[in-house]
Amino acid sequence: MGDQVKKPLHPAAACSQPFQVTDLRPTARLFDDPEGRDRLEKALSRYPEKRAALLPMLGYAQERNGWVSDENMAEIAGELDLTPAYVRSVATFYTMYNKHPVGRHLIQVCTCISCHLDEAEAVFERFLAETDTRSGEVSEDGKYTVIEAECLGACGFATAVQVNDRYFENVTPEQVPAILDELD
Amino acid sequence: MGYPYSHDLEVGTQLSRHFGDEKARTLEGWKELGGYATLPKALEMDPDAITEVVKNSGLRGRGGAGFPTGVKWSFMPKEPNGAHYLCCNADESEPGAFKDREILRWVPHLLIEGCLIAARAIRAQHVYIYVRGEFFPFSAILRDAVVEAYEGGYVGENILGSGWSCDVTVHLGAGAYIAGEETGLMSSLMGGRAEPWIKPPFPAQSGAFGRPTTVNNVETLAAVPMIVAEGADWYRQWGTEKSPGTKLWCCSGHLERPGTYELPLGVNLREVIYEVCGGAPNGKKIKAVIPGGSSTAMLTADELDCAGCYEGMAEAGSALGTASPIVMNEDTNIVSAMRRIAQFYAHESCGQCVQCREGTSWTAKILHRIEEGEGTGEDLDTLYHLCEQMTGRTICPLADSVVFPLLSSLDKFKDEYEALIKR
Repeated sequence: MGDQVKKPLHPAAACSQPFQVTDLRPTARLFDDPEGRDRLEKALSRYPEKRAALLPMLGYAQERNGWVSDENMAEIAGELDLTPAYVRSVATFYTMYNKHPVGRHLIQVCTCISCHLDEAEAVFERFLAETDTRSGEVSEDGKYTVIEAECLGACGFATAVQVNDRYFENVTPEQVPAILDELD
Repeated sequence: MGYPYSHDLEVGTQLSRHFGDEKARTLEGWKELGGYATLPKALEMDPDAITEVVKNSGLRGRGGAGFPTGVKWSFMPKEPNGAHYLCCNADESEPGAFKDREILRWVPHLLIEGCLIAARAIRAQHVYIYVRGEFFPFSAILRDAVVEAYEGGYVGENILGSGWSCDVTVHLGAGAYIAGEETGLMSSLMGGRAEPWIKPPFPAQSGAFGRPTTVNNVETLAAVPMIVAEGADWYRQWGTEKSPGTKLWCCSGHLERPGTYELPLGVNLREVIYEVCGGAPNGKKIKAVIPGGSSTAMLTADELDCAGCYEGMAEAGSALGTASPIVMNEDTNIVSAMRRIAQFYAHESCGQCVQCREGTSWTAKILHRIEEGEGTGEDLDTLYHLCEQMTGRTICPLADSVVFPLLSSLDKFKDEYEALIKR
């Protein structure tokens, strides 16, 4: 599910590329290469106002770098005629833009009501224990970051866990080691 | 998880019939299944005639508020003096709701066809499908379907040779519940923080990019093709006079068979929970049900004999919301469950209105204190006071969303709160 299309990007798809593909290259500049220019121009072509390309471009920054750095925010601001402060005010409003580097596998455990009624807290604790991290921390090997998430919209399949762009459903604490093995 | 769950009650209209069938995801497969048959018909119809059919069908918004869809469309200017927009609200984030994701990932072309017909009716030139960021695996399926639809001539310039043009863009959000509120959605679409704005101006006057805009839920738009194809009377064979049609029920919590079921509106709530979903597992009793997603009032196990439709749930003292019952068995700690719900709203408050920003977070803190056994008698009074201050005083209904379940739990399960306080 969710396989990337390898053919040239259609403009209609430019605003909806999956992000959080957490590749931890140092924060590359976004718009110096043809790929970045292409993404920007296609996104701009979909909206009547430049500013509307902000979320797609923050998503692009994260897709490329795994997180959104201040440098990337300033770059986006320059391209969209916004101030870096405004871009930051938007980026910090949304929980999914990582404002600091995260592990290669960002593990989000839903602990909201339906998952809470299941065993979400135990699943979360187990992930922390198995990866030897505290909530939000990058594990020593750079592989994992575990955080709690608000409702992931998979309430019928509690406990729901999202790792980068993958959903794991009906997760029990006992399954946690096997999931981590599968990620490597 | 198997799709679709079979049950005698299941209706299985075009909405859910093809859940689980990967063939429905591709343009070719979807056409074989009878897809895109209604669009040519709609292209020949007068826009107002489409609105009329939908109005007569009695279709009501499936995002929670239940506003009649055809009436909403009729607010749009009849003689455009510039661009009109349609926003499809796929920011499904209400705890308990997981129905739109099934439409996005199993029948994306049905949604696209519904969007196009609606866009035609409201004279829009561009449809933005705002998908919550967490749903990117599903948005990728939808995005591929949109590109295929472009290539097949169903979207874009001169659709099917009719001379009418309409674009579709899938726009990804990034984790903000409040973007599911229609003005919050438009703020976010325009590249801002997803902060709702005070109405008026209403979206049909000045919405996205300052232009007339209609915002409809995914399930609402997905129901449009079959209504336009088969007619208003056909759709009215299901449901009640005031709530016609079928609805995706997404049931979660302590249930034998949780999942998404398409059922007629007006179905008995007890039947949904005990017959369709098999009741609570391991022979446990059910203590409480939040019937319409976490923002609706709790019902006790004795109150479940009510009609699962907009007016029926209102009569029962709750709301249909997104038809997302969250079921809690006899072992559930109501205070703890309520604390978790309040914590969600405290996290998701956009922070514009003091009553909401402070109210939700103080509610969560006080509930946490009571849960930990450190509550005092005064805390309950404070909670009642907060509920009063948070009702109807804010730009959007987020603050009210925490009041409904909280007040009902205080009224119906006061003994549980008191037991924790006395400890």
